[in-house]
Amino acid sequence: MKNLLLMLVMFLTITTTANAQEKKNKNAKHDVEINGNCDDCKKRIEKAAYSVSGVKSAIWDIESHNLHVILNEQKASIADVKTKIAAIGHDSNDVFATDEVYENLHQCCKYDRKAQE
Amino acid sequence: MYKKHIVVTALLLFATNLFAQVTKDTLGEVIVRGSSKSIRKSYSVTGNTATLTSKELLKAACCNLAESFETNPAIDVNYADAITGTKQIKMLGLTSPYLLISEENVPSVRGASQAYGLSFTPGTWVESIQITKGAGSVVNGFESISGQINTELLKPMTDIPFYLNVYGSSDARFEVNTHLTHRLSEKWATSLLLHGNTRVSKNDMNDDGFLDNPLSKQINFLNRWQYGDAQKGWVSFINFRYMDDDKQMGEVDFDKDRDRGTTNFWGAEINTERLDVSAKLGYVFPDMPYQSIGFQTAFNSHNQESYFGLRTYDIKQNSFYTNLILNSIISNTRNKFATGINFTYDDYSEYLSNLDFSRIDNSIGAFFEYTFDNSDDFSLVAGLRADGHNRLGFFLTPRLHVRYNPWDQAVLRVSAGRGKRAANIFAENQQLLASARTFDIQNNNGDIYGLNPEIAWNYGISFMQKFNLFSKSAEVVFDFYRTDFQNKVVTDLYQSPQQVIFYDLEGNAYANSFQAEFNLEIIKHVDLRTAYKFYDISTDYTTGKMQQPLQAEHRFFANLGFQTHILDKGQQWKFDVTYNWNGEQKLPFTETNPVEYRLPENSPSFSLVNAQITRTFSSTFEIYVGGENIGNYKQPNPILGSDAPFGANFDSSIVYAPVFGQMYYAGLRFKIK
Repeated sequence: MKNLLLMLVMFLTITTTANAQEKKNKNAKHDVEINGNCDDCKKRIEKAAYSVSGVKSAIWDIESHNLHVILNEQKASIADVKTKIAAIGHDSNDVFATDEVYENLHQCCKYDRKAQE
Repeated sequence: MYKKHIVVTALLLFATNLFAQVTKDTLGEVIVRGSSKSIRKSYSVTGNTATLTSKELLKAACCNLAESFETNPAIDVNYADAITGTKQIKMLGLTSPYLLISEENVPSVRGASQAYGLSFTPGTWVESIQITKGAGSVVNGFESISGQINTELLKPMTDIPFYLNVYGSSDARFEVNTHLTHRLSEKWATSLLLHGNTRVSKNDMNDDGFLDNPLSKQINFLNRWQYGDAQKGWVSFINFRYMDDDKQMGEVDFDKDRDRGTTNFWGAEINTERLDVSAKLGYVFPDMPYQSIGFQTAFNSHNQESYFGLRTYDIKQNSFYTNLILNSIISNTRNKFATGINFTYDDYSEYLSNLDFSRIDNSIGAFFEYTFDNSDDFSLVAGLRADGHNRLGFFLTPRLHVRYNPWDQAVLRVSAGRGKRAANIFAENQQLLASARTFDIQNNNGDIYGLNPEIAWNYGISFMQKFNLFSKSAEVVFDFYRTDFQNKVVTDLYQSPQQVIFYDLEGNAYANSFQAEFNLEIIKHVDLRTAYKFYDISTDYTTGKMQQPLQAEHRFFANLGFQTHILDKGQQWKFDVTYNWNGEQKLPFTETNPVEYRLPENSPSFSLVNAQITRTFSSTFEIYVGGENIGNYKQPNPILGSDAPFGANFDSSIVYAPVFGQMYYAGLRFKIK
């Protein structure tokens, strides 16, 4: 009986979680740290973010390095955004640019890279 | 931070996409940083817009909107006539009826208020002014042809608790402005703005027997309420306004109680009473800061009762305006749009010497405006509106603005657009009532005084470049605009000095304007602005192609501002000098008058110098003194036939220069923060 109850609870938890995942947010907000330096980086980072279909708004702040993104989770994930940005040379906390791309960055955008874990 | 973002976005709600960034900029500058520049021209906004901050407005002597453009080259300030003391503004060589003049994006100076409306907004009430050259946005209507002037008033949420301004001048004008602002709660704030001005003594500096400036009194009262709820995304403004303005003009010996309606002495009075009630409501979707809905509605009643000698002119306009806008994006914030509908209703009761011209106008329209901005070097605003109007018919209004930054510190803009309007020929040409001219309309079976709507296309190109000159920051601006009229209601002063004739254009009418501007920060705190302007405003009159009368072909403008460094307690000196040179102006035809009442074909050129010194003692108290027309230039005989004002040659409308000579003024400003 006890086991049965436990199973029921587990089942309910799983189904609700699954439901929650299915109901994807069309205006999901994300704040991620993207490494960069200057106005030129801002244009490049935002341009890369907008190139991901489903990104509705992308604003990168030079001071805090924070990228504020609003995206439609039915079409894209924040990981897609990070990947696109890394592809043009800007690291985030968990997606990194290749050394080759980083080396080709314009002088003003050569930010100090954080060590990769 | 996020809350702040919503409030700012919400405040932007009423601004169009074209101007949104400017407004945001203004708010940012004014509230957060405290502006250092008094005129700002953006390199990243699509429209050719200059923003004048309240700091710029302080440089002009006085006192209302019509007088606040004297330190700025985009707008030319002219003299409407020799008796009312009214200043008339022009942009790209066209007078204010061809501009959209709005207050917080609601059309304000239009119809009956066209001639004097700008003098009904006290300068101290103004937070900032946005001046846009060219076609403009489709969001606020179809009437604008050569440009838009939008005024933002002080906002209760951000205004200081108390402000007092007292002003007096050597032409016997006195003004008092008092502002009271109270924050009622986190979400509500209210302001009470009070203005009074009066001129009690009679001036006749040129000894022509006529007052140089009217005897006048005005009371003006505005109560604003502002609501803001950052979490839920709601913003609202509610305004109540009442104004009463009385002016008496004419011969010095005219006594209105004794002489009205007689030929003892020539006199005139213009009494205007105005009531405005307006409300705005805006909602920004909290989880979608780029999407918002705005609703604005305004009711006003404008009642002018006037007479000019034996001629009476009464006009009353009851108006209702409402506008609903949705702002959102297409896939992302680089592609924005604004769409919505507006409705306008105007009930005019208009009587010229007992002839009844009363009518009702109404229009309903829908608009869509798309904005693309690559958040870098290119943006575009393309708008289209469709309107149905009981006199103008059904028509489309397309407008396009493009901005491109070809290289660093440079911006190239082009614009094109159409405008259409009903000319209120009497209200717009009121200065001609103070003359012996008869008003003749050559009826063309049109719907507006027997005439057809005015239609024009405006095209413009503008280039601005910033650079360093001997390591000083400098800027050059080149603007060229052309307005091509498909139809124009021609106001013909070239046929007879005893007549003004209105008729539909046959042939061509255009207005070309070119402006070259050079601005330099000579040393820190010393700024020089210079501009040369060229106008070619030509119309095919029935007697041939002529330049518009009372329009200088060449103008030159210079403004030099100097400020000392602000000391610890806010002490500062500010000096400001403006120089204006006006070239020759073509004068209306007077050849058939007796020889003593004839004018030359062209006016002489002349220059004017205005200067002001402000001494700030602390952040709460300052005094200022200044002079206008320091060179004391006066038009020799501003009123034609002033010796026989009821005779056939009387005309007070041919004014190309100041009537009054030198004028000195002083005032103080006191604030509680």
